[in-house]
Amino acid sequence: MTECAIDVKGLCKSFSGRQVVSNVDISMPKGEVWGFLGPNGSGKTTTIRMICGLLEASAGEGTCLGYDIRKEARKIKELSGYMTQHFSFWQDLSVRENLQFVARLYNLSARQKVVQKTLDELGLGDRQDQLCGKLSGGWKQRLALAAVTMHKPQLLLLDEPTAGVDPQARRDFWDEIHRLTNEGVTVLVSTHYMDEAERCDQIVYLAHGKVLARGTVDDVIAQCGLITFQGKGENVRRLADALKGRDGIEHVAYFGTALHVSGRDRDKLKCQLGPFMDEADWQEIAPSLEDTFIDLMKQAGVDKREHG
Amino acid sequence: MNGIGASLLRVYAILVKELVQMRRDRMTFAMMLALPIVQLVLFGYAINMDPRHLPTALYVEDDSAVVRRIVSAFEQSGYYEFSHRADSPAHGSKLLAEGKVAFFIYVPAGFTAKLVRNERPQWLIEADATDPAAASNAIARAEGIISSALRTELKGPLSRPKSSEMPVELIIQRKYNPQGITQYNIVPGLLGVILTMTCVMITSMAMTRESERGNLENLLAMPTRPHEMMIGKITPYILVGLVQTAVILLAARYLFQVPFFGSLALLMSAVMVFIIANLCLGFTFSTIAASQMQAMQMTFFFFLPSILLSGFMFPFRGMPIWAQQLGELLPLTHFLRLVRGIMLKGNTFSHLHLEFLALVLFILAVGLLAILRYRRTLD
Repeated sequence: MTECAIDVKGLCKSFSGRQVVSNVDISMPKGEVWGFLGPNGSGKTTTIRMICGLLEASAGEGTCLGYDIRKEARKIKELSGYMTQHFSFWQDLSVRENLQFVARLYNLSARQKVVQKTLDELGLGDRQDQLCGKLSGGWKQRLALAAVTMHKPQLLLLDEPTAGVDPQARRDFWDEIHRLTNEGVTVLVSTHYMDEAERCDQIVYLAHGKVLARGTVDDVIAQCGLITFQGKGENVRRLADALKGRDGIEHVAYFGTALHVSGRDRDKLKCQLGPFMDEADWQEIAPSLEDTFIDLMKQAGVDKREHG
Repeated sequence: MNGIGASLLRVYAILVKELVQMRRDRMTFAMMLALPIVQLVLFGYAINMDPRHLPTALYVEDDSAVVRRIVSAFEQSGYYEFSHRADSPAHGSKLLAEGKVAFFIYVPAGFTAKLVRNERPQWLIEADATDPAAASNAIARAEGIISSALRTELKGPLSRPKSSEMPVELIIQRKYNPQGITQYNIVPGLLGVILTMTCVMITSMAMTRESERGNLENLLAMPTRPHEMMIGKITPYILVGLVQTAVILLAARYLFQVPFFGSLALLMSAVMVFIIANLCLGFTFSTIAASQMQAMQMTFFFFLPSILLSGFMFPFRGMPIWAQQLGELLPLTHFLRLVRGIMLKGNTFSHLHLEFLALVLFILAVGLLAILRYRRTLD
């Protein structure tokens, strides 16, 4: 058995009587990138915070980097980096001042050198005296990643790091994450982007605080057992409402201009699509991760999402 | 629905939203409703511009019926309360210096004999005039008390014609502020008030600002301990407080000509302890308040009694006992005794050690509370 970076069992968290996370088990080997997926309010952030000691679990136990998440939160904080969902560095400090503050808090040796190196690698050398509040979203995110990795953590917890960041910046960000994992860093990243999920070694899908699916992307798609037909053509927009809710059809969703109709029984699905065969160009395709997620969310029951 | 109608509807929309938000913010709502009532009752009963029952030390070298009669007349006036019996004139002056008594009455030997011989014996009153307002009413009544007491005592052969001057020479020594200059009392007091105001307010924002701007999550994710946070947050403001102190002391000296009899080193150590006490309190507020707005409200909630019940604006001894006990809990009360004692009375540490002790206890209690209240997690 490989050594686990995160090994937690039965994690639960409730806020004033409302269960937000229930019975989450995660054993994550060192050196991998895991994606944490699920709708808003599914308990991703809460779980991450329990793992790094920012929240106290209501029930459950486990270790992070070999330290007890309940008793040794301080040790965990020293060895891990947590990038918050919302930019949480000091907007009224300059880029350099923020990095210096972090470097001092972690007691880094050769502080000036480390800060200078980080600035150079970031490409913020010439803007080091700019206040963080003035940086664009993409730069803020890069700065945050640089700041939480400055102390060479063994584990990175990234909470929706790429929300609101442009596609190129997202790609650069993920290249950086893969570079870090090649150096042996373990990364747990929560995201809403399918392309990001597909870059993870494994994904954990959470809804209403419960783990609904886990494994590699292919595993998760296979476990779900969906059969998907893709319809293309000028009239597909009108078909969606007609198909929704029919027996044997789990869900109908647009992917670009195409319509994906998914179900579990191929014959039933074909039968339902029968009357519409002429209206579009139908073709059975391998279900995508997004089809799977739409299905998982549907299975989890009514949409109890909380936004914010 | 154009014009005025639509405009009124928009006003109504905003008004409803304000009311809903007001109701959501429990603390502000409670402050707005409960605070005025509490303050009205508290300050309405506590503040008294005509302090009575002022503690007085008595040293009588000539214990006679007449003296006893005059002493009891002092007591019956309601202004003087003989709380201490001095062993010597020096002891009486010491009690006054320590602030244990507001007056020291000294009746020298041979008072009665001289009175009988119509030699105008002296009746000495030493008054602590650091706060001119506190002592003035009692002082003003002293002569009346003595002459009316004598009127009943000096009968028959001892009686004097009505027109003659007072048979006793009343000597009143207004110590520490002989001219009764208000600034002497107020300016050192202002040092305490200004330090309270700024120190508590600035630090009460310390943690709430972090959580309001979303930095707290980051701060807690990094390895910091509560006491490290507290010391780190407080120390810069000690310097701010010291700069303020320097400015106020210079102004006291050169603008207001307030005398300075005591030791500057002692005063500075008092200022240090006092600043730390206020910063600790502010930090504690910031661990309790949910927003900067609430922190501000808590500061004001604390600031008002500090001004009114500490003896800064109104004589401390004029307040009823319960209000005095409440006042003893405020750091400003003790600091006022320290700063006035050191500047105006030239008090030394031996006079003031209890005030220092009170401030240190305050720091320990409040600092402990802050560390217990400090959020280690986001729960």
